[in-house]
Amino acid sequence: MAIDRDLRAAIAVTRFGLGARAGEIEAARADPEGWLTGQVRPGGADQPQPGGPTAAQRFAEFRDYAQERREEKAEGGIQKGDKADPVRMAARLLRDDTGADFLARVQLAATTDAGFRERWALFWCNHFTVSATKLVTATLIGPFEQEAIRPNVFGRFQDLLIASSTHPAMLIYLDQAQSIGPDSLAAGRMARGGKAGGLNENLAREIMELHTVGVDAGYSQADVTEFARAMTGFSVGGPRMAPDQVGRFMFREAAHQPGARTIMGRRYGQDGQAQALAVMKDLAASPHTAHHLATKLAAHFVADDPPPALVERLKRNYLDTHGDLAALARTLVAAPEAWAPEARKFKTPYEFMVSGWRAAGTTPQDLKGVAPILNGMGQKVFSAPSPKGWPDETAIWCAPDAIIKRMAWSEGFAAGAVAGRDPSQLARDALGARLTPLVAQAVARAETRPEGLAILLMSPEFQRR
Amino acid sequence: MSDPSSPVASPALSRRDALRAAVGLGVTVEFLGGRAFAAADGALASKKLVVIICRGGMDGLSVSPPVGDPNYAALRGAIALPGFDQPGGALALDHTFGLHPALTSVHALALKGQARIAPAVATPDRARSHFEAQDVLESGGTVVYGTSSGWLNRALQAMGPAGRVQAISIGATAPLLLRGKVEAASWAPGGAPERDHRLPGILQDLYAHDPVLSQALASGLSTESMARIASADANHALMADAPSPAMAAGAAQAQPAAAALARFNPRQGAEQARKLGATLAGLMIQPDGKQVAGVSFDGFDTHANQGAAQGQLANRLAYLDGFLDGLVTGLGPAWKDTVVVAATEFGRTAHVNGTAGTDHGTASTALVLGGGLKRGGIVGDWPTLQPAALFENRDTAPTLDMRGLFKGVLADHLGVDRRALDTLVFPDSAAVAPAAGIV
Repeated sequence: MAIDRDLRAAIAVTRFGLGARAGEIEAARADPEGWLTGQVRPGGADQPQPGGPTAAQRFAEFRDYAQERREEKAEGGIQKGDKADPVRMAARLLRDDTGADFLARVQLAATTDAGFRERWALFWCNHFTVSATKLVTATLIGPFEQEAIRPNVFGRFQDLLIASSTHPAMLIYLDQAQSIGPDSLAAGRMARGGKAGGLNENLAREIMELHTVGVDAGYSQADVTEFARAMTGFSVGGPRMAPDQVGRFMFREAAHQPGARTIMGRRYGQDGQAQALAVMKDLAASPHTAHHLATKLAAHFVADDPPPALVERLKRNYLDTHGDLAALARTLVAAPEAWAPEARKFKTPYEFMVSGWRAAGTTPQDLKGVAPILNGMGQKVFSAPSPKGWPDETAIWCAPDAIIKRMAWSEGFAAGAVAGRDPSQLARDALGARLTPLVAQAVARAETRPEGLAILLMSPEFQRR
Repeated sequence: MSDPSSPVASPALSRRDALRAAVGLGVTVEFLGGRAFAAADGALASKKLVVIICRGGMDGLSVSPPVGDPNYAALRGAIALPGFDQPGGALALDHTFGLHPALTSVHALALKGQARIAPAVATPDRARSHFEAQDVLESGGTVVYGTSSGWLNRALQAMGPAGRVQAISIGATAPLLLRGKVEAASWAPGGAPERDHRLPGILQDLYAHDPVLSQALASGLSTESMARIASADANHALMADAPSPAMAAGAAQAQPAAAALARFNPRQGAEQARKLGATLAGLMIQPDGKQVAGVSFDGFDTHANQGAAQGQLANRLAYLDGFLDGLVTGLGPAWKDTVVVAATEFGRTAHVNGTAGTDHGTASTALVLGGGLKRGGIVGDWPTLQPAALFENRDTAPTLDMRGLFKGVLADHLGVDRRALDTLVFPDSAAVAPAAGIV
């Protein structure tokens, strides 16, 4: 029983959490499940520190920058290579803001005592991906996670969905902000002014396909179009709005497509923004959404090909509690399938580096030591390849070049981080009962301390969770 | 001895050549700037010291096999080196000792009286732990964590005001040996961190039961090694019309590859090592070059299949030999004022173990080389390999304190005084006498 508890403590901290800091596995040993469920709290996830400006402030700054850029272009162009050029400086500042957001997030992950809570938050950040494909969305990702995602990760899923779908970052990233109902007042005005404008289905489609019911839920193109029409008017306050509206969610009645909509066989006769909100609530309550989320959660925490019993357990809980995410987190922790001794998940580069910092008890102080490495390993900072977010299947990340880069980073990192400590002790602290005799022996036989730590970081037991 | 007041400069290397070479190597301009060479004056100004740490526990009984010791062959079994004049046999030094057949350059120097062995030397540490023993070897203390600076750095302090004698370490991070109050430069080939050449092999073993990781690593390594061979070839082509030693050293950019390649192609590994040695020589003989250098090589932890005349350890020794050859050649006339010491944290068991390797032991061999060495036999005494003479019934017994060896070199070559040696450089070591008669 004691051995079983040792292993469960190690699994709690390394599989559900972000990897062990020294003493963490020991702290979880008395009650591994309680150690995890104690991290579930109604207030949501932790916030990276310092919090930084709000999305509205960032948006306003960006609009100023864009305005200046336009003016400068009109005045005869920007001198190439002129670093003092105010527009270039502004662009750099905006990029620096994004970098600071990412560094704060990484520092939180490297130091938090509530690793499960942060992993849970990161799962939802990735589920509702906003990617830095445009400069304006880049600066909004940090605020998006802090304002829309983190406060809601232990609330009801429909609230999380609505918070995401009404946040300026998401509305801009998936082109919802400028979507206009074909029969709306705004469309009429634009047509008379000779301007084109119309419906954009991007966000509506991704909400259905990625955020809620999933691609196999049996909806049609007509359902997507109808939902997109219902969502028209969901937008962001522009620079000509009152100062307290700039960069905030705003429902533009004039852009909304009038009339009732029918989506997935259900009729929505509401007026204004109530219509799309009603659709979102129904989507959140759908058994398809329960199945989609249960599958994705189980695949993220337990195995690429998750045990059907676990998926069923999570799905049932989701439906029984009407999408209570705190209950869902507790159900995941209570599920016996989630505690299988075999570590079947392969860490993403982000998880790998975070767990490396935690094992060494260090915190990155500078993005320079983080961003190029993550980029090299294939997980560019805040830049998931699509709205689907980062994949987390082994086959994606356990690739030849990426492993060489992990090895190179491990060596360099270990040389600086080991600081005279005994790598065998670091290995025991990092893996607890998951430390195999083979790895323990290889670490103990290392020629140097840095080599010992590098072996630990590169061991299958450390790279898998 | 040349006129000690004359500045040391390579006849083959102009400042422009050096600068061009340095640019090719990614060496910073700061490195070439620095103080005028006149900082160190008198006889000291021309003296150079290179300390090589062979990490992992280098097997002294293979470096300088005592093939004339009646117990040697039986203890060593399959990894015993054949006697003198036999195929793959030891290269004779005297009636008892030879050198490993991979150490051809060292042997050639030994025949000229420019290389000697200390066959039973050990630090005061007896724990047989790599980490502890390396700490003790480099810190110059008697116990682990004895001090947080290296003895070579404190020796620089003892040689006068900071900056009078300057030092450089080779590798991305400074070894403990050179850490401390006196700032030492460091340089890594190609500007890239030096690859721990052991790690891929260790990981391949660890991944034996993880086919996904194992295949990814194997495939990644093979691609990387192909890329590096291509880069080494490119460097080789560049060398064809650049005959000066420092320019030839430019090819050492590909050195990180050398370690990886050494696993598969020992000859190519030694060739890369030769270039690294020549590069260091080039850096030391510039008009404002560093007089003291610290270098470390890993890969000497031969628990299994260590080989005899050929194999794992032979490849590492060939690498060491190549480095020394490149260094000596590159130093040219400055070799006569240079001393090199190569030492390891501990030796290995006298008995071969069950996996054709050896485990952590106690005393090992240190190599002392220099253009101006005094002639003489082995440094220190030979305890023999008789069963009763073995330390704790398993290892070569130490007869010489490692600190005594270093002290002898620092005193006779660099003129560090005895009091500083006994207190500052090697704290509380008054009882350890400097080994006399080496330089």
